[in-house]
Amino acid sequence: MKKNIKNVSLFLLASIFAANVSAQEVDMLAGLEDDSTEIVYATASYKSTRIINSISMENTAEGVLDLRISHRFGTINSGVDEMFGFDNAVTRIGFDYGVRPWLMIGIGRSTYEKAYDGFFKAKILRQSSGAKNMPITLQVFSSVMINSLKTSNPSPDYFTSKMGYTYQVIVGRKFSKGTTVQIMPTLVHRNFVQTKAESNDVFSMGIGGRQKFSKRAALTYEFYYVFPNQLAEEYQNYSLSLGIDIETGGHVFQLFLTNSTGMNEQQFITQTSGDWGAGDMRLGFNISRVFTVKQPKHRD
Amino acid sequence: MKKGLLFAAFLLCITSIQAQKYFTRTGQISFFSSTSVEDIEAHNKAVTGIFDVPTGAIQFSVAIKSFHFEKALMEEHFNENYMESGEFPKSTFAGKIQNIEAIDFAKDGVHEVTILGKLTMHGVTNEVTVKGTFTIKDGVVIGDAKMKINPEDYKISIPDMVREKIAKELEVTIKMNFKEKK
Repeated sequence: MKKNIKNVSLFLLASIFAANVSAQEVDMLAGLEDDSTEIVYATASYKSTRIINSISMENTAEGVLDLRISHRFGTINSGVDEMFGFDNAVTRIGFDYGVRPWLMIGIGRSTYEKAYDGFFKAKILRQSSGAKNMPITLQVFSSVMINSLKTSNPSPDYFTSKMGYTYQVIVGRKFSKGTTVQIMPTLVHRNFVQTKAESNDVFSMGIGGRQKFSKRAALTYEFYYVFPNQLAEEYQNYSLSLGIDIETGGHVFQLFLTNSTGMNEQQFITQTSGDWGAGDMRLGFNISRVFTVKQPKHRD
Repeated sequence: MKKGLLFAAFLLCITSIQAQKYFTRTGQISFFSSTSVEDIEAHNKAVTGIFDVPTGAIQFSVAIKSFHFEKALMEEHFNENYMESGEFPKSTFAGKIQNIEAIDFAKDGVHEVTILGKLTMHGVTNEVTVKGTFTIKDGVVIGDAKMKINPEDYKISIPDMVREKIAKELEVTIKMNFKEKK
C-alpha cells in the first residue's frame, strides 16, 4: 500500500514538471515590453497644414517643402456672365518648410492686393497619450503681410502703412481617427486704417476642424467671428468656409465654398465683404504638394 | 522515502538548467518593395524578440510606428491609411523553432533554422514558415532571416490608383542579436 502511494505521488510530481517544461502557449514577452515608458503622439490630425484658409495644427515635417497653390474665384451669385465667378479669380502661391519637427516657416504672394506674406509657426505643446498625457496641441503663429498696391494718397510712413501683423494661438485636439477640432484666438494688427471707426488691433475667435468620411477624404469647416465695433461698415464680422479635402499620394486637393476672398489672415479675417446670407459665396481650391528636400538624421 | 525526495530534487534540477531564454529589444526588421514606378523602404530598429531553448518557442513584437521611412509623408500614409496603426499598434509573431535540440548554444557555430508559426498584422493572423540562420558567437545568437509578405493577406487595402507603386510581395529582412536573459 505504502509503495503504491509512493509510486503514484512520484508519477504525479513527474507529470507536473513535464507539463511545465512543454508549456508553449505561455506569453514569454508578458511584462518585458517597454510599454510603460512609451509616449504615443497624435499624428495626422489633418491632411494638410491649412484647414481651408486658416493654419491647421498639423506641421510640415522636418526637411519637407510644401508647395501651395490657392485660388479663390468670384462670387457665385455674379451670374452666368461672370461664369459664376470663374472670370474673377485671385491666386496665391506659397512655400511652407519644416525647419524642425516643432517649427515651420512659410512665404507667399497673392494676386489679391498684390500681397506678400511670411510666417512662422511653433508647436509648444504636443498632443500625446501613454507615458505622457497631453490632451491638446498648442501652437503659436505669427505672420506679417505687406500689400504692394500703389496708393494715391501716401501717408507719412509710406512703406510700413501697408503692413499688418497677425498673431494666433492654435489650440487643438485630435479626438479620434477621423475627428479633429481646434480653436484660434487671433489678433490682427493693421499699421494703417482709413478711418477712426476702424481698429488697428482687431480681435477675433476662430474655430475649425475636419471630419474624415473615408480613408483619404474629409469634410472641413472654419469659422471666424470678429468682435463688434472693430471693422469698417463694408466688411463682414465673420468668415465662414466649408469644404472637402481629397488626398492622392503626394497631393492634397482642398475644395471649398467661402465668403472671403483673401488668402492670408489679415485679408480673410478683417477684409471679408461677402455675406453667405446674400449668396456671396465663392468657390476656392488649394493644392498642396510635398517634396522631401532634406533627410533629417532621426525621424521621430 | 529518501529515493522519492532524491528523484523529486533531480527533476527540479533538470527543469531549472533547461529554462534558458534569449532576448533582445533592439532587433531590426526592414521591408522593401520595388516596382518600375517607385521603391519603398522602411526600417524598424526596436523589435522585441525572445526564444526559449528547451521548447524552441519564439516570439516577436513589432511596434508599427517604429518603422521609419525616408519620406515623412510615406510614413504618415503607411500608419494612417495602410497599417491603421492607431487601431493595430503592434504586429506579433509566435512560433516554434524546429529541431532546436540539434543546436548546441554553448558552442560557436552557424545553424540553419526553420520556424513555423503565426504572424498577426493589421488584426489578421496567418500561418507562416520562416527559414533563416542562427549564428552563435561569444554567447550572442545572431538570427538572420528573409521572408516575403503579401499585404493583401493581411487585409491591407491598396487603392487602384497606387496599385502599380507597391509590389505584390514585399521582401522582409530580419536581423536579431539575441542575448541570454539572466
